[in-house]
Parts: sequence; C-alpha cells; structure tokens
Amino acid sequence: MSTLDPVAVFRMEAAECLEAIEAGLLDLTHQLDNKDLVDAVFRGLHTLKGSGAMFGFEALAAFTHHCETAFDRVRKGEVAATSELVAAVLAAQDHMRALVDQPDADHGDTGHKLLAQLQAAVGGKEAAPAAVPATAAVCEAPAKKTNSWRIRFSLPANSMANGTNPLGLLDELRDLGECTVRANTSAIPPLDELTPTELHISWDVTLTSEQDRSAIDDVFIFVLDDMELSVEEISGQAAATAAPVEEKAAPAPVAAASAAPVSPATVPEFRPVEAVPARREAPAPASQAKAAENVRVPAERLDELMDRVGELVIAQSRLSQLASASADIALRSVSEEIERLSGELRDTMMVLRMVPVATLFSRFRRLVHDLARETGKVIELVTEGESTEVDKTVIERLADPLVHLVRNSIDHGLETPADRLASGKTEAGTVTLSARQAGGEVIISIKDDGRGINRERVRAKAESSGLIQPGQPLSDSELLQLIFAPGFSTAAAITNLSGRGVGMDVVKKTVEALRGAIDIVSVPGQGSEVSLRIPLTLAIIDGLLVRVGSGRYVIPLSAVEECLELSLEEDLRSRGRSFISLRDSLVPFLRLRDLFRTGTKPDVHQKVVVISTGTERVGLVVDQIIGDHQTVIKSMSKLHNNVATFSGATILGDGSVALILDVGHLVAAGQQQEAQLRVAG
Amino acid sequence: MTANILTVDDSASIRLTTNVTLTNAGYTVTEAADGAEGLAKAKSSSFDLIVTDLNMPVMDGLTMIEELRRLPAQAGVPIIFLTTESDADLKARAKAAGATGWLTKPFDPENLVKIVKKVLGR
Repeated sequence: MSTLDPVAVFRMEAAECLEAIEAGLLDLTHQLDNKDLVDAVFRGLHTLKGSGAMFGFEALAAFTHHCETAFDRVRKGEVAATSELVAAVLAAQDHMRALVDQPDADHGDTGHKLLAQLQAAVGGKEAAPAAVPATAAVCEAPAKKTNSWRIRFSLPANSMANGTNPLGLLDELRDLGECTVRANTSAIPPLDELTPTELHISWDVTLTSEQDRSAIDDVFIFVLDDMELSVEEISGQAAATAAPVEEKAAPAPVAAASAAPVSPATVPEFRPVEAVPARREAPAPASQAKAAENVRVPAERLDELMDRVGELVIAQSRLSQLASASADIALRSVSEEIERLSGELRDTMMVLRMVPVATLFSRFRRLVHDLARETGKVIELVTEGESTEVDKTVIERLADPLVHLVRNSIDHGLETPADRLASGKTEAGTVTLSARQAGGEVIISIKDDGRGINRERVRAKAESSGLIQPGQPLSDSELLQLIFAPGFSTAAAITNLSGRGVGMDVVKKTVEALRGAIDIVSVPGQGSEVSLRIPLTLAIIDGLLVRVGSGRYVIPLSAVEECLELSLEEDLRSRGRSFISLRDSLVPFLRLRDLFRTGTKPDVHQKVVVISTGTERVGLVVDQIIGDHQTVIKSMSKLHNNVATFSGATILGDGSVALILDVGHLVAAGQQQEAQLRVAG
Repeated sequence: MTANILTVDDSASIRLTTNVTLTNAGYTVTEAADGAEGLAKAKSSSFDLIVTDLNMPVMDGLTMIEELRRLPAQAGVPIIFLTTESDADLKARAKAAGATGWLTKPFDPENLVKIVKKVLGR
C-alpha cells in the first residue's frame, strides 16, 4: 500500500471533502444560523485549500481560499450567513470539483464570475490575497563575509516542558560557525524552590560566522515570539537588517533579560484564549467519523473477488455432480462441505458489495435544491429507508434513471406554489424518495404529490404517434406504461403533455438491464409514484434450470411465480390462441420450443413456468424443469448485444453453457402477443 | 538513531505524504486521524515527536496539545503543528497551548525533515 500515489489519495479525499461541504451547505440553507454547520463548512474548505496547495492544486487552493475567507467572516460573526452566500458557495463548490478533476484545464472565467457572486453575497469587501504558497523556508544567504555576533538569549521557563531543547538551539548556533557559549546561572533559585522542569538559565554566545543575521533568527524561529533575544554585531558596521527583527523579538534590553530571565509578562498574553476550544469540538459530520472505521477497497478488486467466487461456485457444482454420481462416501461428504462453504462465501461476498442507498439519495438533495431555484417551486425532499442496502453496481447504474425520474416529478408533476394553493394543497410540494427491501428485490420509489399524469393527453399522444390504435381499449396500467415507449418522448410531448416522456424509455431500458421492472401509479390531482423493482444483486442469482429441446436455460427464480403442468388437452385446446386459464384469469404463454426453433418434438408432459414483472404475467412452455441452480451470471459478448431474449449466460456443473432468459423482454413479448390477439379477435 | 514520530491529521493524503517523507528519512511513524486518536496513541506508547494538524474533527489539534501537556509523561515531547499562512491567530494559541514549533502548509518534504531534525536535535 506504500506505493499509493498521494495525488490519487488527495483526489479521493477532496471528493469526500467536497461532499461534506455540500451536505453542510445544503443543511445550512434550512438553518442559516447554525454555528456548527458554518464551522463544519469552514473546516472543509480550510482542509481542501491546505491539502490542495500541498499536492500542487494551486488553482484550487487559490480559489477555495476566497470561499474560506467568506466563511471565516461568517464564523467570526462579521457577516451573516445568507441564502445568497450559501448558494454562491454551492455553485463555487462545483467549480472546485472541476479544479480537482482537471486542474490544468482552462476553466475560462467561471472562477471570476463565481468570485464576483461570492463577493456580492458577503457585501463586497474582501482583500483577496490570491496566492497561498510560502513555507517556513530557511534562506541560505550568499554572503561570504565573516561576521561576529554577540547573542544573548533567555527562554520562557516552561519552554522545556513544551519540547524546546536549549541544547539543540546551542548546537545549531555552533553549526553556524565558531562559538563560545557562556551560561548565565544567576537566576537559578535555591534548590528547595527549584522546579526541575523549568528553565532559569540564559546564555551569552559569541558567534563568528559567514552566515548573515537571518540564519540566527532561523535558529530561534519557533521561540522567537516568546523569548528574549538580543543580537549585536561586534565587528564591522551594524547591520541594518538586524534592526527590525530585534525590535520585534526583544524590546527588553539584555540587562533586564538576565535579571528576569523567565519574562512572565510574555506568557499571559496567550492565556485569554484558553477557553476557546470547547466550541470547536463540535462533532464532525457523521460520515467522516464513520469513514475511519471502514476499509476502502477499489471497486475493481471487489469485482475480481466476485469473479473468483463465481468460478468457485461453478467448480463446486461440478464437484457436486461428480460426487453425487460416485459411491465414495468421503468424496460426497467433502463435496457437501465445500458446497456449504462456497454458499457462505457467496453470501459474505454479497454483503461486501452492498452499500446503503443513502449514498445514492444524498445526491438528490442538491438536485432538488437546484431545481427548486430553477423552477421557482417550493419543494420538500423526503427520503425513507436510506439504510436499505443494494449491490454497488446497481446503485451506480440507478443514479441516472433516478435523476430523470426526480426531474420529471419536479418539472412536470409538481405544480407551482400558486397552483397548489389554488387547488387547496400546501404551498410546498413533496417529493419522496424511498427504498425498501422485499424478498430478493429492492423497491425504490419516487413519489410526488403533484398533479398526476393526464391520461387523455397520454392517449392522444400515443394515438397520434401510432403507438396504439385510436380507441384501442387499454387497462390503466397499460396506458401509463405507454410513456416508456421510445417514440413517446418527442419534442412535442415534452412541452404539451404532462410531460413524463423525457428519457423514460432510457430509464426503462436501464432498469430492465438490471433485470428490474417499473410500476407506475398515478392519481389525477394527487400525484404519481414510480417504483423501480430491482434485484438485490447482479452477479449471482438463484435460477430455475429448465430444458427446452436439447438446450438448457436458466430463468431467474425471483421472477418465477409458479410452475404448472400443461396437459396435452390444454395444449391442443390452446393451440393458436396461446392462453391458459390460471385461476379464472387468462395468462398468455410463449412456447419456447417455437421461439428457439428447436425443431424437436414436445415432451409429453410439458411444463409452464409462470413468470411476472410487477402485475404482468406470462407463461413459458418448457419441456422439463430440472431444478433450482445457483447461477453465476456471465455477460455475453458485444456480438450478442442485440439478442434481447437472453440477459446473460452461465456455466453449468458439467461445463456446458446455459443461457439466462431475460424476464422483462419475455413478459413484454407475451403481453404484446396478448394485445395483438385482442385486437384480432 | 531513529525516533518515533506520531503524526495526527484528518487528511489521509497529508498523512501519507508525511509518513512517506519521515519514513524515508529514517524515522518510525505512527498515524492518527484526529486529536482524540492522537491523544489515545500518545498515552499508550511513547513518542519522541508529535506532528499535528490543527483543524480536525472530533478533537482539534489545539485541544489535543493542551491535553497532552497536562500529562506529566508528555512533558518535553516536542509538538510541531501544521498551519496555514492565514492561521496567525491559531498559531499563537497553539504555542500558548504548549506546542514547540510549527510548519506552514503547504510544506515541502525537505522542509518537514529539516524541521523535525531541528526539533529532535538529531
């Protein structure tokens, strides 16, 4: 780990720091007088500036400095925190992010604009010192000329307790040139009054050196402010440079120094501030404190581990197969042991990949904040079930679809404050993001209390764009599903319709790619709720292994509702109609044998596997159900991108490959078939 | 002869830089992520030098220095604090709290080693 690149670590840290700043700012918008939040934001900015400068992010440091200064003034009570200031820093924070990501890119005059905004927000006057660099550098003077100095110094009595070692200082003086040192011990109290940790000695040093005066000051750099120091040039002309330093260092003459070596007067100067720190101990943002307890692992290492576990699961199922065919008891027991272990390992692995949706939801606070400003609507964001955990890959892929959905809710779902008041609602609209786990799925929903989806407009649009026949009977959910149709989100739709067409087909595709499904519920005048049902994990699923013709296929078990026998009579009866009656309702079914063109004769006892997404069901006719099977999902090559019926492949115990059926696609195909039949008959 | 140094900073990148720099210079380095952790580590083992940041969550550097100086075992242990140019006021307070010296951020590694050597006297 020692080979870690500090710059990379800095970037990671800066990202966290910026997130913390953003969270602090967003909280601050609701409670402008919260001192702890101001402090937290200030501390974040301060850290970012300091580390930025250290790792060569000069532009970032310089820019952040201004924001820090602004917050410092708030902290000191010179200016009040206003929503303008918070908004300005929020905007500035995005710029900082850009400066972290691309420190060398030309960011144009974005920075200047932001600073002007900031300036306006804090009332205009700020000194604006631009650059921050400068170190406690020690100057190597080129002077060759030899000088002689008489140096007298005494240190505060407590300086040894504070870690200053006068012998070290003397050694340093000796390093500068030829030295004679004489200790003045006159101030040492009698033994019974002596505190051994206190320093009562002062020194007289004569130094002959090629170095100039500043080298001497450097020796005393840490103690210069509190000590008594006099430096006189013995030979040659009095150096002009000596004067200012001496003035600052020691107003007291040498005589006074030796008489009162401890110089208590200088110490109390610092006392009044002792009480200050208590307030500054304010608890850090929880996330930061938590981070220390966690181990950070690059995502690709987790993926690698997952791969290995996947391979282990495959090898294990081969072993089980061999063992079950063998009479060797010992082999069988080892095989069972390994099966148990690999199952546990798989479960542990799953947990490792789980992250709470809070990480996803937290991004929306900013989005909602910005949209509220943009649209002039008053929006309250409520998040529920933030501790629900989902596979990290799922979280990453869901981010964009959720942005679309939240945007839609706010853009098109929520009314303006005036409209809301007119229809008897509260002025503020509420958008609720919630997550909960249900079986092997997590359900993430975006709910608003806006105007709801206007069915007439959706129908009109769908009819005019040829998605449905005029007057075609549709169930309410079918009608609402139309907004996910690719042709639906045209420019006209965005402006005229209740508008949920923007990018919804993309949302649906993404969710389906995750083997999830979308449900919509919308009540006119009361709002809409879009629910995404997503499997908990992507890498290994429980599947139902079936045989169709001579091929074997896997159906994700989470989608399977039930399995039935398809009797020969029913098969014959339904021929051409492809419906079976299932407890009084007709369910369309697909004959996989026909779909895959196996060219084989159907088995006598065909089975129907009923699968569902949400409320829609479809039956799949297979030749044989082999059983459930832990399935490690391997994605297919790019060449198979267009194969919609399958979502992936897996390797079976005997080494052969089975394709995994894409439930979303098959259900859609089944529903389509149903729709066509309805139109036809 | 090597020395045991404790570095206290909430920034992992600064800790990393400090650690690498001091380890390369032959010192043994222990890290802590905030004042409270630093204090705990200083109590449980002995260090020849402590390098600390001032602005930190949980417990800031200033409080940590004060707490350390209250412990008889920590008397005489040099404490260097990292500060930025704009922290003039903090600097005075850190010194009053009992810090030995300071280093202005951003520092370059050479400077850190130089100052550590100076304070340790070796």
